[in-house]
Amino acid sequence: MPAVEVTELSKQFVRRQGRRRMRVTALEGVSFEVARGECVAVLGQNGSGKSTLVRVLSTLLLHDGGRARVFGHDVASDPRAVRRVVNRVSVEASFFKRMSATENLSYAARFYGLAPAHTRRRIPEILGSVGFPPARAKAPMEDLSRGMQQKVALARALLTSPTLLLLDEPTTGLDPRSKREVQDFVRTVRATHDTTTLLCTHDMAEAEALADRVGILDRGRLLALDSAAAVRRRYDAPTLEDAFLAATGRPLGEDEEQEAA
Amino acid sequence: MRAIGGGELRAQGIALMGVLERNSYLVKRYGWWELAFFVWTVANTLTIVFIAKGVEATGGTLDVERQTASLLIGAVIWSYLGIVFEVLTETVAWERWEGTIEYTFMAPLARSVHLGGMGAFGVLYGLLRTSALFGVVALFFGLRFPDADFGAALVVLAVASVSFIGVGIVTAILPLVSPEKGAQLGFIAQGMLLVVSGVYYPVEVMPGWMQAIATISPATYALHGIRATVLDGASLGAVWGDLWPLLLMGAIAIPAGLAVFRVGEAYAKRHGKLSRSG
Repeated sequence: MPAVEVTELSKQFVRRQGRRRMRVTALEGVSFEVARGECVAVLGQNGSGKSTLVRVLSTLLLHDGGRARVFGHDVASDPRAVRRVVNRVSVEASFFKRMSATENLSYAARFYGLAPAHTRRRIPEILGSVGFPPARAKAPMEDLSRGMQQKVALARALLTSPTLLLLDEPTTGLDPRSKREVQDFVRTVRATHDTTTLLCTHDMAEAEALADRVGILDRGRLLALDSAAAVRRRYDAPTLEDAFLAATGRPLGEDEEQEAA
Repeated sequence: MRAIGGGELRAQGIALMGVLERNSYLVKRYGWWELAFFVWTVANTLTIVFIAKGVEATGGTLDVERQTASLLIGAVIWSYLGIVFEVLTETVAWERWEGTIEYTFMAPLARSVHLGGMGAFGVLYGLLRTSALFGVVALFFGLRFPDADFGAALVVLAVASVSFIGVGIVTAILPLVSPEKGAQLGFIAQGMLLVVSGVYYPVEVMPGWMQAIATISPATYALHGIRATVLDGASLGAVWGDLWPLLLMGAIAIPAGLAVFRVGEAYAKRHGKLSRSG
């Protein structure tokens, strides 16, 4: 059974422009599978549909057509079963800012049914493993750097031992050192846990370094999904960036119209 | 209906504790805000309760002590209901503001547990805050309640709270459906509920159409029952006329509130509103 099975997935949003209502396509006929334990990176500009895809798989968004399953569970009809096995790290760390890292992790773990006896021991361990300084564990999140907040976000996701980890631009906006630390940790998780990873990014180097396969998502359509080398070969391009340009007609840095959700 | 196993039941019990834990952290972390709001509530209550003395001073004839106590009960119930509604409305509004909404709504805790936990916290926290408010203002005016049956009053409040949670769950969906104005609509719902329920005056002084609405407001029965138990020492048996409508409304309000919330959540998920930015 694949970890992720997406078939002809489509999603449109209604956007208002003055009195007019127009439909904006976020995903159009997207189909792919991710095998258990695999890491797949999806490359795309802002507004290409990456976040919509992640939010459908996180059960936060209902799709219009097609089907999405996580370990055999349909995201629309059996969301609770999906939620038990999925966690996510997004571009924004997203915490209660006055609460400490320990407090944020503690209540979040309860939402996944983890008992206090387990988390009291596990939270310091997992914070240590992401390189978070123990002395800052009780400081309010608003007093922590962006890099440190993102480490806590990784810890939050891994605390629940997800078998599917959704990474939505987890290193965007981080300084080079924090970025490398986060990427190293993702590698470690893959090596030590039974975790399947779907990484959405617009960082070519990150995609090539972390993923087994790389997909190109453009205007809601998945144009390619293969190993980085195969994608380069397909577009007869020396680099992944050139392959992206050849596939979409635009460089990765150029934003599409902002995603509706 | 899906059967719930022991493991799932335990997980949901732990999740419920998580909701209470998170809210207690927030109260602790925003301690000075809590103190400031408490002082504001005391000041606001004093402005209302002084009305009884004001009427006497301007030549009106009334039982000042009884009227003062009656106004105090109205102000305390207003404050209590405000806290319960505020906590429930924050289920969405505060989480959107902090950016945690997506993480909470993608966690496997049942929505009934999530909202029930928020309601339970609102009731516990509301009881603490309004008990302190009642004590401080009663002390200020030197009010004594020689006949009061506070145990019976608490039972009336507890039964009414079930209905309040049900209505609060409905208001909690408003910030999800309308991120810009939803929280304000919650305050309007609270105000409307109390204005028709005789918060500072007998229901009988209102126009007939408002009195008709009062019959379906749980606050009407809560205020009447609590005033009877605190001012006249009425027993639970004596306030059965207030208790049974509250029990009936409670039995309807929570399932109805959850059903409305589910519809609103599905709408938000279909239209991409279940997100930090709205």
